[in-house]
Amino acid sequence: MAQILVENLTKTFRVAKRQAGLWGAVTGLVHRTYHDIPALAGIDFTIEESELVGYIGPNGAGKSTTVKILSGILVPTAGRCEVNGVTPWTNRLQHVQSIGVVFGQRTQLWWDLPVIESFEVLRAIYRIPAAVFRKNSARLIERLQLQDFLDIPVRQLSLGQRMRSDLAAALLHGPRLLFLDEPTIGLDAVSKLAVRDFIKMLNRDDGVTVILTTHDMDDIEALCQRVMVIGGGKIVSDGSLAALRATVSHERRLIVDLVNAQEVIEEPAARMVERHGRRVELAFDPREVSPAQLISRIAAKHAIQDLFVEHPPIERIIADLYAKHGELEA
Amino acid sequence: MKRFLPYMAVVSARYRMLLQYRAAAFAGLVTQCFWGAIRLMIVAAFYAASAPAQPMSLLEVVAYIWLGQAFFGMLPWNIDEEFAQKVRDGSVAYDLLRPVDLYAFWYSHTLAYRTAPTTLRAIPLGCLAMLVLPRLGLAEWALGAPPSWVSGVLFSVSLIGAAALSTAITMLTNISLLWTISAAGMDRIMPAVVTVFAGMVIPLPLFPDWVQPFLRLQPFRGLVDVPFRIYSGNIPPTVALLEIVSQGVWVGCLVWLGRVLLARGTRKLVVQGG
Repeated sequence: MAQILVENLTKTFRVAKRQAGLWGAVTGLVHRTYHDIPALAGIDFTIEESELVGYIGPNGAGKSTTVKILSGILVPTAGRCEVNGVTPWTNRLQHVQSIGVVFGQRTQLWWDLPVIESFEVLRAIYRIPAAVFRKNSARLIERLQLQDFLDIPVRQLSLGQRMRSDLAAALLHGPRLLFLDEPTIGLDAVSKLAVRDFIKMLNRDDGVTVILTTHDMDDIEALCQRVMVIGGGKIVSDGSLAALRATVSHERRLIVDLVNAQEVIEEPAARMVERHGRRVELAFDPREVSPAQLISRIAAKHAIQDLFVEHPPIERIIADLYAKHGELEA
Repeated sequence: MKRFLPYMAVVSARYRMLLQYRAAAFAGLVTQCFWGAIRLMIVAAFYAASAPAQPMSLLEVVAYIWLGQAFFGMLPWNIDEEFAQKVRDGSVAYDLLRPVDLYAFWYSHTLAYRTAPTTLRAIPLGCLAMLVLPRLGLAEWALGAPPSWVSGVLFSVSLIGAAALSTAITMLTNISLLWTISAAGMDRIMPAVVTVFAGMVIPLPLFPDWVQPFLRLQPFRGLVDVPFRIYSGNIPPTVALLEIVSQGVWVGCLVWLGRVLLARGTRKLVVQGG
């Protein structure tokens, strides 16, 4: 059975409409008009044990709403949702014991306490048996390399150190399911890599299911076998990264550094996208012409210093997808 | 015992945090001493000028005032800042991610908030009023010992009752934030209401006779009037037991009310979002 089962999940927020101006403020006291904002317009998906799923979408698309419902702190308007066979918001106490959650924007550690003391408080809150706690914490401290700052109050940690500590804090009770909401936000390159490596290891070695929301496409590229894209409260794409690329465009890029900056490449199967001095960027469809053919044809006519083929950047793909679903115009 | 483990951990964690603020404790100590002196002088002038016998002796009032100064911070006069912060930035919903009873979780937090800084102030102030003043030749203005050990023990019990009561009242004001968001209103109303009705401004027995029935029937007197009059023996041990029971009843009612309101507030929260 799937670890997470979501059917026709719908969430509508009801917001009081405010009239502009002073008169509007006065009438607002007496008579309020409401309008409904659909955050989720009926989404369906299932996630199996040990999957690592990227969940992406523009701001306000419904990502956080979904994560909040799955973690049991928000009740949906309609629809069905089961996590480990339990409905999150009706069996809250049982449910939260089996999940871990990290919100990149806020810490769950006690600001003024040393990291290790926060862990001790969590041990009591989750009623983790002493032996299990010793084992889990030792392992997490080693993997995330926390040993150097365990005795330092959280408020004095760098963002990277804090995020690693937060990851450990979410996993002390050994959950089989981890929600990560923008875990790499604001981190420097080294910390980002450390966090990614850890997530990968956790998923591969321990088989922990991970659901990751992010705006950093490198996270997705580095980690996720499966990507769900949400836009306007609906799942607009669900599948592998390659499949996602294919739904939007098959286009690839060939970047050529010419020896002679004056030369012009005339090639019917490729379209010139950009040119900076000696560097020429061409777009082509691999279904029409294979990269090898294209390269040999160009190399026959021009002196080439260097060349490489790449996928269009994933940001481009996602932006196209959002635009296709009218999300940006809405 | 295992059931209470999470809550005890929260209390102890927050104690460790709050006990870091030593400078604030020192400043508080100086303020409380200063105010204590002023209040003593006012009461002394009042006793010197009035002929009829008062319901409390001057000695009892002196003890009442010093204890009031020592435990001033325990009064439920403001909202727990940490809770206010959590409501403002919406992270209060994230406490629902913990496998704990939300009311008990926050009650533990608030209990530490109400008692930790107070402990830091009450002990030095108590020493000052009890041990230092007599040596300065001000024995008649010093805090005396309770008249009997029974009064002393009953005082300790009712002080715990007062802490529980104060925390329950603070919880109600905390929970009101789930509707009002801003703490400004409550933080203005509460000091006025609490200090007067608890007996912090004027000891309650010194109020006119016609308000006495009303004063007896409100929860705030359990914060100051009851424990401090038990200490000085103004409430004799036999009556003290009854007073402690009534403290307990008020704690029970207010905790129940707090739970009902919190359940409603969180329902709004989980339906409407953080």
